[in-house]
Order: sequence, then C-alpha cells, then structure tokens
Amino acid sequence: MDFGQFISYIASGTIYTVGVTLIALPSGLLIGTMLALLYVYGGKTAARVMNLYSTIFRGIPPIVLLFILFFAVSKGINLSAFWAGSLSLGMVSSAYQMEIVRGALLSVSGDQLMGARAVGLGRLQAIRYVVLPQAVRLAIPPWSNEAAIVIKDSSLVYALGVPEILRKAQLIGASSQRYLLAYLSAAVIYFLLVFATTKLLNMLEKKLAIPSNP
Amino acid sequence: MPKPILTIKNLTKTYGENVIFQHLDLTVNEGDTIVIIGPSGTGKSTLLRCVNLLTRPNDGQIWLDDMEITAKGTDEDQVRQHIGMVFQNFLLFNHLTALGNVKLGLTRVKKMSDEAATKKAMHELARVGLADRANHYPGQLSGGQQQRVGIARALAMDPRIMLFDEPTSALDPELIGEVLEVMRQLSLDGMTMLVVTHEMGFAREVADRIVFMEKGYIVEEGSPDEMFNHPKFPRTREFLWKITELYGKKEKDAE
Amino acid sequence: MLTWLGYFERFGKNFLRGAGVTLELTAVGLAIGFVLGLLLALARCYGPKWLQQLAGGYIAVFRGTPLLVQLFIIYYGLPELGLTFSQNMAAYLALGLNSAAYQAEYLRGSINAIGSAQMQAGRSIGLSKWQTIGYVVLPQALRLALPSWSNEPISLLKTTAIVFLIAVQDLMAEGKRAATATFDFVGVYLAVAVVYLVMVFALDALLKFLERKTKIPGMDVETRR
Ligand SMILES: Nc1ncnc2c1ncn2[C@@H]1O[C@H](COP(=O)(O)OP(=O)(O)OP(=O)(O)O)[C@@H](O)[C@H]1O
Ligand SMILES: [Mg+2]
Repeated sequence: MDFGQFISYIASGTIYTVGVTLIALPSGLLIGTMLALLYVYGGKTAARVMNLYSTIFRGIPPIVLLFILFFAVSKGINLSAFWAGSLSLGMVSSAYQMEIVRGALLSVSGDQLMGARAVGLGRLQAIRYVVLPQAVRLAIPPWSNEAAIVIKDSSLVYALGVPEILRKAQLIGASSQRYLLAYLSAAVIYFLLVFATTKLLNMLEKKLAIPSNP
Repeated sequence: MPKPILTIKNLTKTYGENVIFQHLDLTVNEGDTIVIIGPSGTGKSTLLRCVNLLTRPNDGQIWLDDMEITAKGTDEDQVRQHIGMVFQNFLLFNHLTALGNVKLGLTRVKKMSDEAATKKAMHELARVGLADRANHYPGQLSGGQQQRVGIARALAMDPRIMLFDEPTSALDPELIGEVLEVMRQLSLDGMTMLVVTHEMGFAREVADRIVFMEKGYIVEEGSPDEMFNHPKFPRTREFLWKITELYGKKEKDAE
Repeated sequence: MLTWLGYFERFGKNFLRGAGVTLELTAVGLAIGFVLGLLLALARCYGPKWLQQLAGGYIAVFRGTPLLVQLFIIYYGLPELGLTFSQNMAAYLALGLNSAAYQAEYLRGSINAIGSAQMQAGRSIGLSKWQTIGYVVLPQALRLALPSWSNEPISLLKTTAIVFLIAVQDLMAEGKRAATATFDFVGVYLAVAVVYLVMVFALDALLKFLERKTKIPGMDVETRR
C-alpha cells in the first residue's frame, strides 16, 4: 500500500465526521435556541428549568452523556450508530448552544426591546425583528468556537463504532502497524476541518458586521 | 374650544414602597407643546412611560382622544402606534439603516407594502433633514443625526401625540441645536407634543405651557411668560434660575 | 425507574476508586498545563518573533485537533519513535499538553490586558524587561486571569473522561466494567454521570471560594474595561 492509498483510506472517514457534525451542530442549535428563548422570555419557572438543564448537561463529560443518550435512544428506537451518535452529540451541544444564544439575547440591551415596543411592535415581533437579528451577530464568535468543539467531539463517536476519521486511522494503523503516521494524518484532517470552519464563520461575521464609524 | 388629545386624571405610580407620583392631573390640547421641567428623579420619565404604556400606572386614568387607554383589555400595541416616543439615548435599532429604522413600524405594525413604506419613510427622513443619510447605520451617524432618525421613526407612524424624554441631554452641546430645530418646526407644524427637557431656550420660545414637577407633584404650570417672569411659587423661581444658569454654562462651553 | 440508585451500593467502592484516579488525572494535567501554558504565554507575548510563531502554532494545533487523537498519537504512535509511555503517563501527558494550549490563551489575554503601560511603568523605574515581567506584569496578570482560568479545572475534569479508551482505570473505566457486568448501560452511566456532577459541583464551589479569597479590591474594575 502506498502513501496515497493510506491517506485516502483515512480521509474517507471525513464524510462521517462531517456528517456527524452537520447533524449534531444544527440539531443542537435548534434545541438550544428554543430553550434559550424560553430561558430569557419564558418567565421564572421556565428560566429555572432551563438553568437546571444547562447545569446538568454541561456538568457531565460529553462522552458520558453521549453514552447515556446513545444507549437510551438505541433502546427505544432502532437507529444506526451514526444517527443515534449524531443526535446524542447534538443534545450534548444543545446545552452549550443554549448558553451562547442566551448570552447573545441578553447582551442586546433591554432598551432595544423597549424602543421596538414604543413603535408599536408586539412582544414577539420585537424579539423577531429587533432582538434576534442583533443577537445572531453577537452569537457568531462563540458559536464558531462551539462548532470547532463539535467537530472535535465528533471523534467521540469513534467509541460507538462509527467509521469516522479516527476509527479509520485506527483500522489502517493496526493493519499497517504504522500508528504514528495514521493518527498524525487524522490530526491533520481534523485540523483542516476546524481551521476551514473557523475561517468560514469568521468571514460570515465580517460580512454580517453592522457598519459603523470608528 | 380646545380639543384635548391627552388627558391624565388622578394618576398614581409606585415602585414597591416607593411612590413616584400621586394624583397627577394633566391635559394636553391638540396642537399644543407642553414642556415638563423638574429635578432629577422626580418621575418625569416614569410619567411619559406610563402614557406610552411602557409601564402600568397603579391608579388613575389616561385618555387618548376619547379612548381610555388605561382601561382593562386595551390593546397596548394598538395604543403605542398612535403615540410617538423619542428617547434620551435614541434607542435606534442598531442592525438597521436609518431608512430601515423608520420603515420597521410601517411594514410590521401598519403592514404597509415595502414600496409605500419606503416612500413614507423617505418623506419623514427628509422632514428631519436626513434624506441623504437614509442608508447609513446608526453607528455611522452623529448623535444629533441619530436622534433625528429617532424622531422620524416616531413621526412615521402618524402619531396623535409625540412624547420626548430629554431628547438632547445625551448630545454634545454642538449637536443639540439641530435636534431642537427639528422639534421647533414640528411644533410650528401643529404637532401635539409633550416634552421633558432642560433646554430653557426651547421652553421659553416654543412651549405653550410649562409644567414644573417636583417630588411627584406638579408644583406649578403656566405660559412661559408666567413661569419665567411671574412664578407664583418661590420653588419655581429658584429652579428656573438654577437651570437657566446651568444651561447658560453649557452654551458657553459649546462656543 | 430509579434502580440505578442501587448501583451506588453495588459499585460504590469501584466508583470511588475510579473517581480518585479521575481527580489525580485532573490535578496532574492541570499542573503540567499551567507550567507549560505559562511558558507558552510568555513566549507568545515577549519571545523573539520565531518563538512567538512557534508558541502560536503549538496553541493552534492543540486547540484545533481532538484530545482523543492527541492521546492516541502519544500512546500508540510515539512508541514507533522509541518513546513508550504507560497508560497513565500517556494520559497525563496528553491532558497536560492539551490543557497548556488553553491555559496559555487565558494567560495571554490577561497579559495583554495588563498591557504595555505597566511594562513602561516598570522599565521607567529601572527594572529590566524580565524583572518587570516577573515583578509587575505577571503578579497582576495571574490574578486577572483567575476568573476565566477557573473554567479550566472543570473543563479538564470533564475531558479526562475519555482516557479510559486507552484503558486508564478512571471513573469511566469503572463505569464501563459495571455496565458490562449488569448490561444496564443507561442506568450505570447515569450513576457515573452523577458522580461526575458531584465532582464538578464541588470543584466549582472550591474555585468560587478561592476567587473570593484572592480578590484584589478594585482589580475587577480593570477587567471589565
Ligand atoms: N423600573 C423601576 N423600578 C424601580 N424604581 C424606578 C424604576 N424606574 C424609575 N424608578 C425610580 O423612580 C423615580 C423617578 O424616576 P424617573 O426616571 O421617572 O425620574 P426623572 O424625573 O425622569 O429623572 P431624570 O431627570 O433623572 O431623568 C426614581 O427615584 C427612580 O429611581
Ligand atoms: Mg428621566
């Protein structure tokens, strides 16, 4: 086996790594955003419940939570390791993403909401047209960080047997007895994925930035 | 016979134990410009916020034209579109251009078409002298320009009355004039206005009546001439003297 | 429903032993990470150009790749170069090297916040560059970094949970053993999660206490700017 084949075997796991990320990150964002809206605008009881959810989910190591959710999900419905792992990872991420969205919502000042209400916008309209567009912009930098974490955490589904980059590296490392090269190659691919994602989101942040004079 | 636009009767507002004002009465007639003055913490902002239903009074009534807006079951959003409010710190929507700021209420509250809203918004921006800044974001405008956008945003809703809460006190001295000029023109055009301000030059020249509030009570109200030249209460004279002194200093700083 | 509570009785001793290993991993990783992280931050802020770039590269690489991959490189890969580590040693190294990258960033942030003004002030009274760093900049920077740095121990405690994948006998390894014994994966891992939660909360309380103790009056005002 030549070097090219060696690398492309490991790289073929990228599709799973990217797949896991593309399922986990948006599902975490969806759940996280809904929970954050409840947290900030849903009254005291909702805030307490959300706070508990956040504290517990963020207090447990991702791999432990991943295992719990994975085995719980697999018990209930017959999902592939890929899907169950991805969705579980999304749940793990949802608590972190909730905090990101919440932080962004809170740092759009309450005055903006008042300004919107004074024009005659309803509460939901004010949130939808005035607070959210500003919060989204504020959330991009921390969200970019979370995206990088989810890409890296996607390596955890290795433990569930999903044939992603790390698993592929392990397999070819074992058959060729060249573990160092195999894992270094995996590291390079992960690094490129993280790097590209971060750069992309950075560009998005610049593009969406609200113009202002220094 | 003057027609009252805003009638406040027996209004009381408390925050917990803290009584902000009690049994307050005030009437604003069509086309009038009423200036409220008074020391800090007297409840002037709270009064304006009550009128705009941004906070609920504990007791008393407020009428807008013939409708009691403090009545149970009033549609607050409906009321607010008929009352324009201009804030001390502008509160422009940071993510929208000047035009976008003025248009938002038109498209989302009045459900106007984009085209009609743009036309109307451009008209209002022209009215405050900012047609050429329509596509600038708040961060690209001076404080005075931002406040004028704030005025245009409120005007666009065709309000029955405009409330101003210290519209110039966050501005650098050299920017105050342009905002006051817009307000003066508005008053001349017959807009009904309730203005909290410490700009005594504006009050003297533009106000139909000046209301002096202190510690939650209306101490005295009257025409500028009565208030400046023959106040009934020593407190009024004292306060006006002090505030004019301060205002004069500010003007000198600007030079 | 709550059968998993029974697992504390059955596996409590094992969990405790595992938790001990987990805490040990956290402490050692944190210590290695702090020393190396401090060096990296200093290299990044005050080193010659090439050293700054080297430190920057180290930080980017270790933050840009999964810890699990780093762990596997050290444990399975390095022996090919003649560097063989025990499981625990490999785990200490991976956690320490990884944490260093994060700790360096916390410290760099606060060193930058202390800024060149303090450096100038130090130099103006005749201190050398490294004297100023040692006596003026670092004492302030370390305290300034504390609030954000105090995320690191907890974060590290949670990341230690993957080292059972190279068979380190930590809490997760005990959990896995119990899970295979009972076949109740969900229940056992729930119990394990509770143990982690208790450790995280305790550590959090401890750090909050330390933060209050070491607070310098007026210092936090500077941070907020
Ligand atoms: N949301 C609130 N909760 C509790 N107290 C409040 C609240 N808003 C205002 N107050 C209190 O009500 C009093 C009146 O405040 P208000 O802002 O109406 O005064 P003001 O006359 O506008 O003063 P200024 O000239 O400083 O703007 C103050 O003592 C203030 O502390
Ligand atoms: Mg006020």
